[in-house]
Amino acid sequence: MDAKIKEIVKQVKKGDQSAFEDIVNFYQNKVYQICFRMVGNAHEAEDLAQEAFIRAYVNIHTFDDKRKFSTWLYRIATNLSIDRIRKKKPDYFLDAEVKGTDGLDMYSQLPAEQALPEEEVESLELQSYIQQEIMQLPTKYRSVIALRFVDELSLIEISEILNIPVGTVKTRIHRGREALRKRLRHV
Amino acid sequence: MSCNHTIVELMHKYLDRDLTKSEEDLLRSHLQSCHACQSHFHELKRTTTLLNSSNDLKPSVDFTAKVMANLPKEKKRVGYMRWFKGHPVLTAAAIFFILMFGSIFSAWDQDNQLSVSKDKNLIIQEDTVIVPEGVTIEGDLVVKNGSLKIDGSVDGDVVIINGEHLMASAGNVSGEIEYVNQVFDWIWYHLKDFAKNVFAFTKK
Repeated sequence: MDAKIKEIVKQVKKGDQSAFEDIVNFYQNKVYQICFRMVGNAHEAEDLAQEAFIRAYVNIHTFDDKRKFSTWLYRIATNLSIDRIRKKKPDYFLDAEVKGTDGLDMYSQLPAEQALPEEEVESLELQSYIQQEIMQLPTKYRSVIALRFVDELSLIEISEILNIPVGTVKTRIHRGREALRKRLRHV
Repeated sequence: MSCNHTIVELMHKYLDRDLTKSEEDLLRSHLQSCHACQSHFHELKRTTTLLNSSNDLKPSVDFTAKVMANLPKEKKRVGYMRWFKGHPVLTAAAIFFILMFGSIFSAWDQDNQLSVSKDKNLIIQEDTVIVPEGVTIEGDLVVKNGSLKIDGSVDGDVVIINGEHLMASAGNVSGEIEYVNQVFDWIWYHLKDFAKNVFAFTKK
């Protein structure tokens, strides 16, 4: 498959636009899922995925043939998603102090043990519930989690995509997984 | 809760498939003895499974079409090249016709200078070739891009290309007079001429 993608990329580089269609077909689900995991909204995720592909097409000449195409494409998608999140609204950190409360942080605002009605977490709702929990994580954890679980990318690949050391990827995955374990435990 | 940090770290390493054999044995033996860690590990694995279940998340059906419609226009040259590659026979035919008609029209257009088959007795006045009185031209006479006035006589055929025969006086032509004034006539004339030459050549 990799060899085939390489061949298609070559054609696109020569300027063959129709060859790009195969690339979109092949990667659309993964790119969309990564974006969705990051922004948590189907409409926005589709918008971002679309833009990621357009950017990839426009900048295809900057892609180095010796590297993996998916890594490059996912990098564009995650960067776009991170930018979108930054522009949209500031992240809410649980550790942040709540204004005017003199030392109280967001943890104090959370209900102690949130028992959800069972029917709420079933089948279709499950996905949106998981996503809701992912959205509670800060962006830097979300991006790592998205990449790790959408395409089972290796830690090295993730470090390449996000341009951070492998050690940092590891810690973020561990922490993110630990945080989600606590949140998803009663599912 | 969990026993200590190292065991939890091992669990994460296991999930990242980053565990050495000895570490795996350590984790396994600990899990067998510690109930709290067992459930912690179970929860982590479950979380992973839940996070992996994103396969039913899909963009809309017309996603690809939307992307393709929003791409900047490709260079025209490439579009042509692709068409040519897809239709090799038509391309070959097109190139053949372009070259053929190109050369014919350029040949027709270019030599609009008066030319006449050589004969020292002919008089040329501007665009008119005159066969003077009392002179007999032996052989065929070809006049190109000019008119012909015959006062004497021609002992052979007369061909006038892109011009006319001025019947000023009772000139004498023993053969036929042929006019060639249109491109297709001209082509036809050349083909006939060519064929004639070929036959003449074979007769020899």
